[in-house]
Amino acid sequence: MALDHKDVKDIANLARLAISDENIDKYSTELSSILDLVEQMNAVNTDGVQPLAHPTDAVQRLRADVVTESNNREKYMANAPAQEEGLFLVPKVVE
Amino acid sequence: MSTNMHNLTLAQISKGLEAGDFTSVEITQHFLDRIEKLDQSESGINSFITVSKEQALADAQAADERRAAGNATQWTGVPFAHKDIFCTDGTLTTCGSKMLSNFVPPYDATVVDNFKKEGAVCLGKTNMDEFAMGSSNESSFFGGVKNPWNKETIPGGSSGGSAAAVAARLVPAATGTDTGGSIRQPAALCGLTGLKPTYGRCSRFGMIAFASSLDQAGPMTQTAEDAAMMLNVMSSFDEKDSTSIDQTIPDYTATLNDSIAGKVIGLPKEFFPESLDGEMAEKVRAAIAEFEKLGCTVKEISLPSTDLAIPAYYVVAPAECSANLSRMDGVRFGHRCEDPKDVEDLYKRSRGEGFGDEVKRRIMIGTYALSTGFYDAYYVKAQQIRRLIKNDFVSAFESVDIIMGPVTPSPAFKAGSHSGDPTEMYMEDKFTLSCNLAGLPGMSIPAGQINGLPVGLQMIGNYWDEAGMLNMAHQFQQKTEFHKQVPQGI
Repeated sequence: MALDHKDVKDIANLARLAISDENIDKYSTELSSILDLVEQMNAVNTDGVQPLAHPTDAVQRLRADVVTESNNREKYMANAPAQEEGLFLVPKVVE
Repeated sequence: MSTNMHNLTLAQISKGLEAGDFTSVEITQHFLDRIEKLDQSESGINSFITVSKEQALADAQAADERRAAGNATQWTGVPFAHKDIFCTDGTLTTCGSKMLSNFVPPYDATVVDNFKKEGAVCLGKTNMDEFAMGSSNESSFFGGVKNPWNKETIPGGSSGGSAAAVAARLVPAATGTDTGGSIRQPAALCGLTGLKPTYGRCSRFGMIAFASSLDQAGPMTQTAEDAAMMLNVMSSFDEKDSTSIDQTIPDYTATLNDSIAGKVIGLPKEFFPESLDGEMAEKVRAAIAEFEKLGCTVKEISLPSTDLAIPAYYVVAPAECSANLSRMDGVRFGHRCEDPKDVEDLYKRSRGEGFGDEVKRRIMIGTYALSTGFYDAYYVKAQQIRRLIKNDFVSAFESVDIIMGPVTPSPAFKAGSHSGDPTEMYMEDKFTLSCNLAGLPGMSIPAGQINGLPVGLQMIGNYWDEAGMLNMAHQFQQKTEFHKQVPQGI
């Protein structure tokens, strides 16, 4: 599977990754080479095989719906790159 | 107190502290001095990203007081290090990335907490491939790590910092994580004992996620006895990790001296392909012959889906990493770009600047594999192949107790030699990936050297049989000297 420049740009956009134009060639070659490797999977017929989601087929545990976290707001906010009055700051979203 | 304290194993240090041969402060200072001299200098090994000097000495002091008060455990005052993937409350945790180069977690990972409760002394956080993606430690934002056996070669990855630090005796043992071989491969290339437990054995809470259905924490040590001692602390059932399994945890040190006579070792023909380096095959077969001397028998088996592990892994791991790493968006923590013009620009440039090349490649492959119209062809197909790989192992374990083979195709390679096609690096993990895909426990133990560089013997055990693997490894190490060899000048 070969990915062209447009494919690479589309994928980068979906992944919200800025990549420079001069690197698109490189990514298109590298990603195509990885997909070639991955497509070796097609050599085997897996019709009817149950996909394995958990190695020991365990199921999700449930817990009681009770508060377990204590309030550490200031500590959690300490890593925020930009904040004001206890809120995360981002560029304007709605005009 | 001896000047060669750094050559002691965990078990010996634990006994030395108990006997009063030295204090925790003394041995902690000894290792900190070595780190400063051999690791943090210009031409140093670079195995640590953060050295927690003051905290370590304070913890050592507290450990000595705890011992004086009569409340010490086997681990109280014993120094070790954590891979920089485990969140440590108040201590920088980077995961080897520019993205988290300023991240100070507000909480401890469960594995970190387990060691703290014992009063163990963490000396710092070890270098690693960025977000654990790599097999050479060259993708770290903080620079590559040198293999103490030959400083021109790589130590393996992604737990390369932990491996190099233990090999250079900068620390007696360290934690690692293994998603596709990241404990076993660097352990093999640095001459250590490394163990990846059954999926669900160690809590993943606070261990920065790469591929959630594959990631497991485990010990990297000098001996199997130390690995058992370490796994005793690392293992726990944890409500905070929804994939943690509530399964009885044995004392892994209790069965180390059991006889292994009569155990059946399976040798998968797929682990010994014609293309396998002749010297590597010879070392591995010689190690297996030692087990035969101990009364084990050998049986040839087949794991027919082995070759599918690489393609399936390079769908599952990137797909899960693309989802896990979406939380790094420049809003709540981590790197943020300058002057974003809108939210989309904030996300894209923060991520574009914060992630390195290999991480970007994997995020993009994963995003593609999970995108509309491709999900069944890639992710579901890969999960079906995982089932086939697991089924191979399940039927093999009906007639054998343990599976053995090489860990890596070759010894450590030169830094920079695998920088072309990324898939060339992926081949490094061809013998280790299937174990993660099936969720089985795996181990690497030293099995000699090729051209002065260590190579490992891989053992794959049945589900939850870490104790059986450690017993086999310990018995082997009672009869062999490979694990006692250290790099020159150490």
